[in-house]
This record gives sequence, structure tokens and C-alpha cells, in this order.
Amino acid sequence: MARILPATDVVVIGLGWTGSILAHEMCEAGLRVVAIERGPWRDTATDFPTTYAQDELRYHIRHDLFLRPAQETVTMRNNTSQNALPMRTWGSFMPPNGVGGGGVHWNGQTWRFLPSDFRLRSHLTERYGAKAIPEDMTIQDWGVTYEELEPHYDRFEYLCGTSGKAGNLAGKTQPGGNPFEGARSREYPTPPQQQPYAPTLFAKAALEAGCHPFPQPSSNLSQPYTNTLGMKLGPCTYCGFCEWFGCGNYSKASPQTTVLPSLVRKLNFEARTQCEVIRINKDASGKQATGVTYVDTAGEEWEQPADLVILCAFQMFNVRLLLESGIGKPYDPATNEGVIGRNFSYQTTSGVDAFFENKNFNPFVASGAVGMIIDDYNGDNFDHSGLGFVGGGYMGAGMTNGRPIEGLRTPPGTPAWGADWKRAVTDNYPSSYGFAAHGSCYSYRGNAMDLDPTYIDRFGRKLLRMTFDFHDNELKMSQYLTDRLAEIVQKMGPKQVVKHPRTGPYNSSVYQTTHLCGGAVMGTDPKTSALNRYLQSWDVSNLFVMGATAFPQNAGYNPTNTVGALAYWAAQAIRTQYLKNPGPLVPV
Amino acid sequence: MALKRRELLSSTIAAVFAVTTAACATTVTGALPWTASAADPPKPVTPGGWLYFTPEEAGVVEVFVDHLIPPDPKTPGARDAGVAVYIDRQLAGPYGSSAGLYMRPPFADGSPQQGAQSALTPAARYRVALAALDQHCRQRFAGKSYRDIPADQQVDLIRQMEKGSLVLANANARAFFEVILKNTQEGFFADPIYGGNRDMVGWKMIGFPGAIYDYRDWVGRHNERYPNPPVGIGGSTI
Repeated sequence: MARILPATDVVVIGLGWTGSILAHEMCEAGLRVVAIERGPWRDTATDFPTTYAQDELRYHIRHDLFLRPAQETVTMRNNTSQNALPMRTWGSFMPPNGVGGGGVHWNGQTWRFLPSDFRLRSHLTERYGAKAIPEDMTIQDWGVTYEELEPHYDRFEYLCGTSGKAGNLAGKTQPGGNPFEGARSREYPTPPQQQPYAPTLFAKAALEAGCHPFPQPSSNLSQPYTNTLGMKLGPCTYCGFCEWFGCGNYSKASPQTTVLPSLVRKLNFEARTQCEVIRINKDASGKQATGVTYVDTAGEEWEQPADLVILCAFQMFNVRLLLESGIGKPYDPATNEGVIGRNFSYQTTSGVDAFFENKNFNPFVASGAVGMIIDDYNGDNFDHSGLGFVGGGYMGAGMTNGRPIEGLRTPPGTPAWGADWKRAVTDNYPSSYGFAAHGSCYSYRGNAMDLDPTYIDRFGRKLLRMTFDFHDNELKMSQYLTDRLAEIVQKMGPKQVVKHPRTGPYNSSVYQTTHLCGGAVMGTDPKTSALNRYLQSWDVSNLFVMGATAFPQNAGYNPTNTVGALAYWAAQAIRTQYLKNPGPLVPV
Repeated sequence: MALKRRELLSSTIAAVFAVTTAACATTVTGALPWTASAADPPKPVTPGGWLYFTPEEAGVVEVFVDHLIPPDPKTPGARDAGVAVYIDRQLAGPYGSSAGLYMRPPFADGSPQQGAQSALTPAARYRVALAALDQHCRQRFAGKSYRDIPADQQVDLIRQMEKGSLVLANANARAFFEVILKNTQEGFFADPIYGGNRDMVGWKMIGFPGAIYDYRDWVGRHNERYPNPPVGIGGSTI
């Protein structure tokens, strides 16, 4: 039996980006907050100092900062006719673990979604007619608009100190920025990072192609910055160890560098680490949460009562906890009814490799989010008439790393080993380059999450099961984006260009990106969404669910900035509306 | 929900040992938790004899990896770069025993999209495959071990393993080829503290400077080769 602890006002499940932000906001509102995190406490000086953070084997190949699959994993199948099997080691995505969550080891790409992304079904129907949307595509409007989120994007960017160049200030196009972006209320907190050689060449070629290159918005900072909570960040030194790694230099925005030092000083805050929440508890009516039950490292169960529960775990673990706790109707793809597990989406990434002569890119002089990008083929920034697909993505030349185990590019036809391989690797390391397209992934009836009937975790609880495949719309889009990218790369004068459009079926064993989305989405209709427009559960009004879990489908951008903006949007609703009058913020 | 306490305890302890030395649930309030010297630096490999391989196995692995990355006039091959030592130490550690991975049954064959599903740990895979390769060679080459047959026949066997055309008794030759190729490239390019990439030969070969901390002066120096020698996290530069 769980032992019952003294009640608190708020319990936060998971202390990553959204958990840190929500805990801070709730403490500012004067509430007592307990955050429960199943991983360890992590900090810059102890866990990823510059003296050994740059260890490709430990952090990238052996996944040192990530969740251990032995603790929890997910089963996977491409469609319902297959038996799902467990991901025994991580592959296409990397679930985080520990304080800071994915904010510790992200690349720092800090994008806003387009205004049209938030009203996707309405927008596409207005422009192309309802028939342009495939019958089994379950895309929805978000229930929140870009204009409503703008102040919250701004808040997250000023928390991070994001480096970039505005392309649209209050509706006026700005030279050097992204002309397609939604209107910003002000400039980025810091100017863009300095660009290495390859992004500079790409930008020139993109301009010649009639496109609109601009520096990628980066939370690896271009200069020292003191953020809105008084935290000081240093300039990025281009060490080339961002994604998969913690930043030893206080240059990458993370909960550690932007929120936690302020949060822990609040006397109404407490964090419990290495404690795993196994259930959100409900009262007899089933309409109110009473707190959570968690297990500590000794195997003891504890019940933490709370008036308000804020679920801030990674996407798939949010979905699983909702299913385990019996909150919201589980989704059934056969009938298209139910909301938990519905509209699970991902990201459609692709690439173009190019091999040059007489060029030296020094690929290790890098930063997770530095690079020159075009947004001409994202969202509905281009006319889709006659193309046979909807959606799009950004593309360009990032300069994330030159780490040698991860990927040594060789021209097609090179043997995988032996003297010829060794020669090709040596010749092409400084002069080859991988360009990337980062495409949207819309939601479908067949792509969903539920509980696995066979495989269990260390507590004997059912693992989450994901059923996912890329659909024709996404594969056509990926081919189109990859072709456009290759045309621009060709203008850079390489001796060889190799296109890698995304192809099906979805392969869970090959790393693509950790942008898992949906499963408990926000919206305007409790029949097709688990959360209302304030990320509040339709079923249990004192439960809010943060993260990309709420995305009804994914846009052609990295999700973190939108996750951060939604966190501040929800926090504001809790502080200004919910606390005054606890209950549903949107009538059911 | 009733937890199976015995099972929980044992699996938790295993997971914790694989992760970190700090194993206890902790409460943090009032200040950032800080303990002097609490960092968790990597542990350099210990010198000395083989920890996992038998001398016979180690001899075969040294020959095998030296075909995967052979020596040339400028750069040593995998054997002299210490790759067999790297693999030995990896197999003797958490990687070799699949620590932290999801290893619960049932183990079923799936599609390639579902990822590896074998119950074999990397350490067991090497042991089984090396024994099967030895048996195969002794039968086919008049009692000789892999290391004692002519080099062109050693290479030919690797090609057959890569193609999936070599059938070994009780071992998946293709799966073994994939894992040893991956481990060989890891060992050739990982930081030297793990036993391979001796004298940073892998990094020098391609021009990767290793654990350099600050490249700010080089961002704007376009198309110029970075001239400085590599540095490892062990601190030494060549």
C-alpha cells in the first residue's frame, strides 16, 4: 500500500522544459509545488562539464543521458496487421530522462509554427477545398491561434535568449529574416550566430534560385545574455557537441541554464528525483484528480495528494500515464472514436549529401542550430495545386557536428570496409556535406497509440504501443522537398549529389528525430481532442497536460518553441482564470 | 495496483548501477544540490591483459578488424590502433551485457523496421560467432584457425559474412559482421581513453580535432583547413 504524504497545491510530473516552466509559474502564483522526476538531478558542472562533455561514444553511441529502455520502452508496429515488438534499444527517437529532460540534449533549433499551421484543416479547406485532404487524414485546428500564442513564443525566446533575425516585425517584412513567418512583436533577444562556410555557400545558391535564405533561429547563443529570470548565458564556442550532449559552456538554453537556478530558490518548491509516477489518482466521481502515486528507488510506493496535477513528461509517457490512469476515452482506430492515443504524428525528415572538390568545411566547427535555411517550401508557403500532397518543411545547411563515429559520408558505391573505405572516408571528411529537409507529418486514422497486450515494464505494467507509418502524402512531400533542396545544392558546384528522400515503411531502428507528437491533442471538440485550448483535460478539470502531446499534427518545424509557448499560454490561463475559479475553462 | 516487489527491486538496482553511482531518490529544495567532486567523469580503460576475450578469440579479432580497417603508409590499421582492446573492454562492461536495454521476453522475429530483437547480448554474440567461425575454418582449412589461413581467404570469409552467404553452425554470420564492423569503427574513432584510436590515429587520419572546446576564431575562416593537432578528453595532445 502506498504511504500518503502531506498534500500540496500542485504536483508536476516530469522536470524538463515544461515542468520547469510550469513549476516556476505556479510558485510565482504563490502555490506550493512538488515536482516528481524519475531520472536523476543533472547540472552543468557535474554532469556535462567541458572537460569531458565531448565524448561521442558515451553520450551518442551509448545513450548516456537518455532513458534506459529497461526502465521503460515502447512497442512498435507499422500497422494493425503486425504484432508490435519492443524497441529493445532506442533508434529513430531518443526519449529523455532526468532533470532538464530533452532540454539538456536538444540542438537548440527554436522555430515558431506558421499562423496557418494552427488552423490547418480550415486553412487547407478554404484554399484548396475539402477534397484536397485525404479521407483518412485526421488533421484538426488547434483551438488556439498564432496571434494568441505570439506573446508566449516571445516569452520562451526571451527566456532562452534565442539568436536570430526577425523576418516579420508587426506585419512589416524585414530584410535578412524569414519573410514567411508570422508577425513578431519584437526582434530576437540576440543577433544570429556567425555562419560557417557551407551555410554561407548554401545561402548564396538559394538566393540565386529565387529563394529567401535566413539564419536558423538558434538557442545556442551568439553573445552573452541575461535572461528574463536573471540567469546568465555565455556565447556558443562552436564545439560541435549539442544534440545528444549537455552543453558544458552555459551557451545552450536548457532548464539548467534558464529556469532551475531561479526555481530551486523558491521556498514553495520541492523536487523529488529518481521517483517514477505510476498513476494519476482520481476521486470517486472520476472527474477530479486527487494527486499521484509514485515509486522511489527503494521500491516504496508513495501517494502525493494535490489540488492541481500538471503532466509534463515526454510525449509518449504522457499518453501512457493517461491510459494507465483511465483518464479520457482510449482511441479506437476502427471506429475513429476516443481521444487518448489519437492523432499520433512524427516528422518527415530527408536529406541531400553532396561531395565537393577543393572545399574544406571544417565540419567540427559547428553548433546544433547554426545554419542558413529557406522556408519557401514549408507549410502552405507555396501553392500546392496539382502537387498531390499538402504540407512542407524547411530546408538548408545546418552545421551541427563533425563527429566521426556518427556519420562518415562516402560516395555511393564505396565499400563498407577495407582500404577503399578508409581512403574514401579520409578524402571526403572535410569536403562532403549533408543538407537537410525537415518536413511536416500530418495525422491519420491508422497512426495511434494504445497499451500493448504482451510486453510489460519492470513494474509489470503494460508498455505503450505505437502504430505508425508514413503515408503517401508525406512520402510525396518528402520527394518534392528533397528534389528542391538538391536543385539548390547543385548550384553550389559539387562533383556529386545524392538524394535521400524519406521512404516507407517507417523504420524505428534508424535515427530520424525525437519529435513525437500528439496522442492527447488540444482542440475545440471533446470528441476529437483530449485537451481544451488551454491544455486542460476535458475529463478531469484539475489536470493539465503539457508538451507536443497536444499537437493535433506536426508542422515542418522543430517543436520545442511551440511546446514552450503552449506552456506559458497554459500557465497564464491557470494563473489568471483557473485559480480564481477552479473548473473547466471551456464549457463542455 | 500491486507491485511485484522482489522483481521491482532487482530490476531497479540493475538499472541504477548501469546509470550512475548516485542511486537514491533525492529531495531538492532551497538550493541547487551540490556535492564537491560529485562529477561523473569517464573511466579510462585499464591496461593489462584481455578482460573478456580468450587469447585465441583476441587473436582472431585482431586479424579480423585489421581487414575492416587495414594499415596504410600514413595510418595504422585497426589492430595497431587498439581496436581489439576497445572491443574487449566494451564487451566486459555494460555494453557487452546489454545493461539498460529492454531484454524481457518474448523474443520474436519482427520486420526490419522493428529493430533488433535478439536475446543475445553483444558479449554472447562474439563468443558464439567466434567459436562458430573457428569451427568452420578448422573444418574447411585442414584444422587451421581463422588467424592462420591466408589473408585473401580471411578477407573472402568477411565478404561472405557481409553478403549473408556464409552459413555458420549456431551463429548468425551476417549479424556478427554488422556488430563487429560497427564496434571497429567506434574503436577507431572514439576517444582514446576507451582503448582504441591509439595516439588519436583515427582523428588525425580525417582531420577531426577531437575535444577542442572553442572554435570561435575559426567560424569565419572559410575554406581554410584547421591546423591544430587533436586533443582527447584524457587531456593529452599529440
